[in-house]
Amino acid sequence: MSPENDAAGLNFEATELTLGLPGKSKVTSDGEAKSGTKRGFLETVDLNLGDKKCGQSQTDVQEAAKSSPVSKAQVVGWPPVRALRKNAMKSCKYVKVAVDGAPYLRKVDLEMYNSYQQLLSSLEDMFSCFTIRNCLNEKKIVDQVNGLEYVPTYEDKDGDWMLVGDVPWQMFVDSCKRLRLMKSSEAIGLAPRTPPKCSSTT
Amino acid sequence: MQKKMAYSFPDEVLEHVFSFIQSDKDRNAVSMVCKSWYEIERWCRRKIFIGNCYAVSPRIMIRRFPEIRSVELKGKPHFADFNLVPEGWGGYILPWIVEMAGAYPWLEEIRLKRMVVTDESLELIAKSFKNFKVLVLSFCEGFSTDGLAAIAASCKNLKELDLRESEVDDLSGHWLSHFPETYTSLVSLNISCLGSDEVSFSALERLVGRCPNLRTLQLNRAVPLDKIATILRRAPQLVEFGTGTYAAELRPDVFSNLAGAFSSCKELRSLSGFWDVVPAYLPAIYSVCSRISSLNLSYATIQSHDLIKLVCHCPSLQRLLVLDYIEDSGLEALASSCKDLQELRVFPSDPFGAEPNVSLTEQGLVAVSLGCPKLQSVLYFCHQMTNSALVNIAQNRPNLTRFRLCIIAPRKPDYVTLEPLDVGFGAIVQHCKDLRRLSLSGLLTDRVFEYIGTYAKKLEMLSVAFAGDSDLGLHHVLSGCESLRKLEIRDCSFGDKALLANAAKLETMRSLWMSSCSVSFGACKLLGQKMPRLNVEVIDERGPPDSRPESCPVEKLYIYRSVAGPRFDMPPFVWTMDDEDSALRLS
Repeated sequence: MSPENDAAGLNFEATELTLGLPGKSKVTSDGEAKSGTKRGFLETVDLNLGDKKCGQSQTDVQEAAKSSPVSKAQVVGWPPVRALRKNAMKSCKYVKVAVDGAPYLRKVDLEMYNSYQQLLSSLEDMFSCFTIRNCLNEKKIVDQVNGLEYVPTYEDKDGDWMLVGDVPWQMFVDSCKRLRLMKSSEAIGLAPRTPPKCSSTT
Repeated sequence: MQKKMAYSFPDEVLEHVFSFIQSDKDRNAVSMVCKSWYEIERWCRRKIFIGNCYAVSPRIMIRRFPEIRSVELKGKPHFADFNLVPEGWGGYILPWIVEMAGAYPWLEEIRLKRMVVTDESLELIAKSFKNFKVLVLSFCEGFSTDGLAAIAASCKNLKELDLRESEVDDLSGHWLSHFPETYTSLVSLNISCLGSDEVSFSALERLVGRCPNLRTLQLNRAVPLDKIATILRRAPQLVEFGTGTYAAELRPDVFSNLAGAFSSCKELRSLSGFWDVVPAYLPAIYSVCSRISSLNLSYATIQSHDLIKLVCHCPSLQRLLVLDYIEDSGLEALASSCKDLQELRVFPSDPFGAEPNVSLTEQGLVAVSLGCPKLQSVLYFCHQMTNSALVNIAQNRPNLTRFRLCIIAPRKPDYVTLEPLDVGFGAIVQHCKDLRRLSLSGLLTDRVFEYIGTYAKKLEMLSVAFAGDSDLGLHHVLSGCESLRKLEIRDCSFGDKALLANAAKLETMRSLWMSSCSVSFGACKLLGQKMPRLNVEVIDERGPPDSRPESCPVEKLYIYRSVAGPRFDMPPFVWTMDDEDSALRLS
């Protein structure tokens, strides 16, 4: 190796690599047989590990390497399909969520939920001042700050505003175009079918 | 005597000669001939391409090229497309816009790829460049329709607005109404990536109707099928058209209206969109199919027999993007009907399914390689491959320039012989002497890299995943591939040795990405110290690398050459290894 490479401290001799097909063994100048056999991935990792902490992510990779074929769901970014394409392929049902009195809209993907409860919990998370109060078939959302009650409503395919919770979940997902958390005082005409027997659960 | 003559050309003459030289490579070569040519060239360069926004700073660009009219920049590494680059890594356009707003008031074109663009940036563009004409945002993010509204409202000379698969916060469809009624210069509009919100259709209709030069229009999914006819009748001069959702209840009046509208588009050469296709509506495009050269059906979830019918109507097809629903039988039909095919991309319909859901194998690709003599560019997702199929493909198509194969299960061997696919890919690089881009997959040992290093002399970009055995593999590539510019590697057992032994090579490349490999923090530091013109970025979400032993491998590594030095906009999980003793930036 050229002198300047040694001077750079990179110690090229130590890193000298011989090109040969795997399986052939080469003998270096000092007589030591250099194995041309494949160095297993696990071996390599073992040589580098000195600490349990740093081994963490490498262990995960090791585990992935051991099991073959690798379970696709566990590997980030594989197969290499762009997110936009992935999302376009899976059915997703994004609807806007408006809250009376709030200046901003949010969007939710209804396909991500399996039940009204999950949807309402998610809304609770999103608009964190709210808590959900269940009154039998009627779901009410309460703003903890001002004590106002909101009723979740939705616009269906025909343009009518309905109360959330009246129809089976999947039927709701199919027909819902957008959601609106309406102030209770305005939800007249969307009256519940059964008189409310309230018990708060948050 | 000759020397004197060269110097006696007036600058204006040389400038005029240089104006015929458009390619960056040639311009760069011209600028290196002598000092006076460097000076003349830099004053008359109008277009600049910067493949890595961190390789150079806006100030350096402006200082050298004071009269730029068109800028193209790329930001994040390619693997960002697959969520391997954490959110917040970088690639911000704002600092560039700020500098260019002052220096290039006559800037006309901005083309960005994988950059973070904010509404603030878009507003600044709208305000600063009076003659702004072209905005292309590929795979960008960080902006909303408010930013687009600013562009629409202010850019009176806008010709092209292309949002190509960017992530846009779709706040309101009304941004389109911000194009004034007096605005008529639109030539190209691609809004196909906009979310499921309604686009203001009447505004779109009016816009299309008053722009007689409109050549390209790509709608988003929300535009219903029954609106297509209206649009096309207002723009029968379209050359490229992208539908929205291509589904509706089958109604004869809607169908005949649609078919009539398509048939009046005599210039149409390229079709895309086709979300949610109802096959019964496909014959509406048959009248234009004979002239179609580019077809993007990669969102069309239709079965093989419908795809075959369509493809057989398109003898002039040069470019096809399709889902693996096409199956081997569809690809065989393609191979017989489309003799001008140059580019084929087959995407997986169910990338995460445990079992293959369609009958698409290596046979389909072999058939196309045999039947399509002009095939140059391939992207193919499949579940199985053999060495012999790859050898066939290589022998059939030595004119391949881009070959990207993704066998969906990592480390899958030749399913017949159970051997690694080294020999198959080896045949590809050996026969396809002009191969510029290659993506590997399947079970691969160091041997494939030896073939690549030996034969792939024109290879510029290589993507590697779950492959190789040792540093020898990486060494073969770095020492053998003379034209290599971009190398991206994930989940391979490559470590310090090959990297350090080939440190100088890295300065001849645009960038190297390595994630989930075995490169130690110590090696990164060493590389950073010894190579001042490289930015060695360690990306590690486990916390500062110096809180772990030096021998500990880093999560991700991104190395790129730069004349701008280390960047200052890094998030807390990125560290640049530089040539100072304290290699780590204080967080």
